[in-house]
Amino acid sequence: MKKKILAAIMAAVMVLGLTACGGAKETASSGSAGGSGDLIKVGIINNDPNESGYRTANDKDMKNMFTEANGYQASFAYSLKNDEQITAAQKFIQDGVDYLLLSAADTAGWDSVLKDAQDAGIRVILFDRTIDADPSLYEASIVSDMAKEGQNAVDWLKAQNLSEYNVIHLQGVMGSAAQQGRTGALDAAVAAGEMNIVTQQTAEWNAEKAQQIVQSVIDSGESFNVIYAENDDMAKGAVAALDKANISHGVGKDVIIMGFDCNKWALEELKAGNWNFDQQCNPFQAGYIDEIIKKLEKGETISEKTIVMDEKGFDATTITDDDVNNYGI
Amino acid sequence: MENKTVLEMRNIHKSFPGVRALQGVNFTLREGEIHALMGENGAGKSTLIKVLTGVYGKDEGEIFLKGKEKAVAIRSPQDAQKLGISTVYQEITLCPNLSVAENMYIGRTSGVCQNWKKMNKDADKILQSLDIPAKATQQLASCSIAVQQMVAIARAVDMDCKVLILDEPTSSLDDQEVEKLFGLMRDLKARGVGIIFVTHFLDQVYEVCDKITVLRDGKLVGEYEIKDLPRVQLVSKMLGKDLDDLSDIKGENAAYDKEDASKPVFETEGLVSNAGIKPFDFYIKKGEVNGFTGLLGSGRSECVRAIFGADRVIGGTVKKNGKVIKITKPLDAMKNGIAYLPEDRKIDGIVGDLSVRENIILALQVLKGFFKPFSKAEANQFADEYIKLLGIKTASADTPIKSLSGGNQQKVILARWLLTHPEYLILDEPTRGIDVGTKIDIQKLVLKLASEGMSVTFISSETDEMLRTCSRLIVMRDRKVVGELSGDDLTQNKIMSTIAGGDRE
Amino acid sequence: MQNEKRFNVKEFFMKLFKRQIFIPIAALLLLALFNLIVDPSFYRITLGYNSAGDPVLSGYLMTILDYGSELAILAIGMTLVTSASGGQDISVGAGIAIAGSVILRVLCGTNSRPETLQAPIIVAFLVSCVVAMLFGAFNGALVAYFKIQPMVATLILFTAGRSIAAWINNNELPIVSDPTFSYFGGFIPGIPIPTPFFIAVVCMIVIALVLKFTNLGLYTQAVGINESSSRLNGLNPAFIKFLSFVILGLCVAVAGLIKVSRLSSINYSVIAKDIEMDAILAVALGGNSLSGGKFNMTASILGAYVIQFLTTTLYKFNVQSDALPAYKAVVVIILVVLSTPVVRDYLSGLGKKLNLKRNVKEVG
Repeated sequence: MKKKILAAIMAAVMVLGLTACGGAKETASSGSAGGSGDLIKVGIINNDPNESGYRTANDKDMKNMFTEANGYQASFAYSLKNDEQITAAQKFIQDGVDYLLLSAADTAGWDSVLKDAQDAGIRVILFDRTIDADPSLYEASIVSDMAKEGQNAVDWLKAQNLSEYNVIHLQGVMGSAAQQGRTGALDAAVAAGEMNIVTQQTAEWNAEKAQQIVQSVIDSGESFNVIYAENDDMAKGAVAALDKANISHGVGKDVIIMGFDCNKWALEELKAGNWNFDQQCNPFQAGYIDEIIKKLEKGETISEKTIVMDEKGFDATTITDDDVNNYGI
Repeated sequence: MENKTVLEMRNIHKSFPGVRALQGVNFTLREGEIHALMGENGAGKSTLIKVLTGVYGKDEGEIFLKGKEKAVAIRSPQDAQKLGISTVYQEITLCPNLSVAENMYIGRTSGVCQNWKKMNKDADKILQSLDIPAKATQQLASCSIAVQQMVAIARAVDMDCKVLILDEPTSSLDDQEVEKLFGLMRDLKARGVGIIFVTHFLDQVYEVCDKITVLRDGKLVGEYEIKDLPRVQLVSKMLGKDLDDLSDIKGENAAYDKEDASKPVFETEGLVSNAGIKPFDFYIKKGEVNGFTGLLGSGRSECVRAIFGADRVIGGTVKKNGKVIKITKPLDAMKNGIAYLPEDRKIDGIVGDLSVRENIILALQVLKGFFKPFSKAEANQFADEYIKLLGIKTASADTPIKSLSGGNQQKVILARWLLTHPEYLILDEPTRGIDVGTKIDIQKLVLKLASEGMSVTFISSETDEMLRTCSRLIVMRDRKVVGELSGDDLTQNKIMSTIAGGDRE
Repeated sequence: MQNEKRFNVKEFFMKLFKRQIFIPIAALLLLALFNLIVDPSFYRITLGYNSAGDPVLSGYLMTILDYGSELAILAIGMTLVTSASGGQDISVGAGIAIAGSVILRVLCGTNSRPETLQAPIIVAFLVSCVVAMLFGAFNGALVAYFKIQPMVATLILFTAGRSIAAWINNNELPIVSDPTFSYFGGFIPGIPIPTPFFIAVVCMIVIALVLKFTNLGLYTQAVGINESSSRLNGLNPAFIKFLSFVILGLCVAVAGLIKVSRLSSINYSVIAKDIEMDAILAVALGGNSLSGGKFNMTASILGAYVIQFLTTTLYKFNVQSDALPAYKAVVVIILVVLSTPVVRDYLSGLGKKLNLKRNVKEVG
């Protein structure tokens, strides 16, 4: 009897596991079925869509654009690790895709694999992230200028004219382009003596870690009045720690909260006055890419290699409901 | 050193802490000879083999090999291989996931490069010449156990070995496979290889061997031509009893004589497990002490393990008081009042890191159930009672059992089973490796329990112990029951001749 | 008289030294002492009010109590798994992602940002318990019945778990707005001590009662020490191993509740990241052999809080958070080396020598 129950449980678990795997796989290779000749084959290498709301929106945007209805046959590969991404790129090269669309996890280490792609006649388009490689290796790069984003945010912060700036700086995963760009502007301001860093720590885009780091600063009794979080998740974690210690934050309160990426829920916080500033990081590159591919297919040349997308910063005092709906991801 | 001698071991001594495993053993092997090394468990066979193959260093003595002027030093198995001494063990020590050829050449190639084609060709040549039904490129795991063993031998032969040691090679082979192996052995013998053959199967010794060397208690008993040593004498040499001076030392037996004494409590019919024994019939009466006897590996333990459900039963029935009971796992047997003290105390008996107390209550606790643990007071009471009753020498009931001496560990396991108040107690080698005093204690206890109505099956390698305690003996040879002795037949002579069996032919 | 007393004290310490729980206690004292010397303000605890106006205690010690609790809960299950199977479950973090995702899925229904809860919290929690135990059962079955090494068996969920978690919520990021849900990872109004600590205490009481009123402890240890002998004593080793993984599944569900409650949301790829390493470390720090057998639950739980003590201390000294694993690795190395027979023999030999010297001195 016991055995039978056990067997039943096992079977249930197995089935559950299988369906789960099926679900995961589906997202990994949608649209790869079929193979009529006139479809443009694209291999898309992206970061894990679960990483953040930004990535989820980005992935959704790509999936909506590169469909068979739009004339594409797309394969997707996801990883947060550079070497796994490179492996995926090699696979796509072997599969003979027409275009390789790449959002690199790390800026370095791409030269040889992109050369392979070039040799194989595959055209590479970078999106979201730049890499340290010879520009001749890719056709175009559609990016957010992270340094500009950071500069935007720091300029906004300077414009607040606080008597002193004591900043908790929550960094993303060290070495990523977003972290480097967004950290750069703040570091420059600190170096210029305009601001003072209370703590500068990487929370690896992770809300829980951010919460612990801010908690630690609160426990130490040091005073601060700005939280500069390099994404919305970390800002959220920081706010959770502040709430616990009853430190007020937001418009006209003790601590200024700054985030990046413009998640919809983050903009709602902004609208409610709990946060002060959020800098957009535009995840919708698919449209730009589509345009470029169309041009290339017609044999036109791309005049400018690096295409920087428009990105806005939102202030809690001026944000509107329309902004929340239009720019929230 | 005469010309035909390939190996001579002289006056070998080897001691381990507390044991003198080898005391002045001589051993000589000649060209083209199959030489059986015989002895009961603990006689020193495997120690001698390990000294020869460099696994153990010897304390004293010399080893001479043909073609070497001076005594050789064998410090490691690699040394032994280089000197042309190869060993094939009971368990396959090759790599099942490699190909046959790879297995034959692994660890022997010089340099970094490997000429795979040549290797495979060479391997096929050797396999063919030895008539081994395997291909060089075949994966080893896809061959039968017998063929795997032959590949191991082929590897040894190709390494130009002068001395080939076969340590229990036949125990996992069926009759046909054994025949094939013997064919190969005879072939090697014709090529002048000296073969040392270690086995527990008497029939096989008499089938292929030329000479027999018998060891007992770490000492050399003697070297004999096979034709000069009938089976009965071989057995008596191994057991250390000369046929003539055997006296009838039957002890006072159980005095249990209530009315129900004559009818069987437990019976088996055609019981057979997956451990390789032939189906057997068996019964035990209330208050009876009986035993399984036979050489080691004859299937004694496997029989009682089948009754207890310790091995997977694949056929036959067990009856309790005439009614069929289902025993598929040890717990079933325990619930039916069967207790089993296993042969290997370390592996199957003690739970090393747990305390003496926990070890004592374990079986009863399991019987009582998961949700009904004994209170600390109850557990202590049980432990104290049995520590006293059996005279277990331990610092306290909290002491981990692994720090006790072997005899005391055995008593703890005995206490564990007595605590369950079984109707039927199976003792498999309860006296192995423990001191004389404790041995006699246990024998007395067995007789006392029987006189109170408990049925006991007693297994021991020491025949006189069995004679002293058992009123009936089931004799086993080559994994099947070959006889049953009781009453006046219970003598050393009779036991030995039944064990030897083959002499009737 | 005085002499005798001194002797007793010595004996007490000798006994303590031999006891397993000495290891986490010693580690704790070492850390505590370090903080006391470097910065006594580490121990400051203040009573304040949080943004909802409820009294809360804050300070480093409270942080340790808060974050150490989820680790302690996991350590309970991990101890049992380690003891029975002689291996560890490395899918705990992924399991928390799944359990947390299930809770949010049930609470939010199909809408990822509902105004009100779509189901009572208790229902969501119970559903996540069942799911987490099923995944535990999956791991357990692989280990117990298919005899796959625990680390290898749980590698499957370790790899797939977070994707499964994301799939449960259609890759959306649900947010619970109901404030009662935040009580589990925060504070219950009026009680200034973090709730996770109470949850951990409840778990500790439950496991203490289970260990006292069932034979779970005896069976688990017996199977872990000697499987063959346990079988001959009527135990079913495979089932006991299986059971230990299911219990760990339950612990994972509880920890998952705390985790998602902290932020009222979830991030599939980073929630409870690397927590399995901390849980395993807690078991090791408790002086339990990672190859199975005897265990001491109290020591494991204490070990969990010591790990958090270490983490918090490192945060306090502004150690880069991505360097934390390196520091923990150092602790692991020290522990593992200390527990090898070679070092143990050496240490006990050293102790004897010291004793001998002292005796000689006393006689002299």
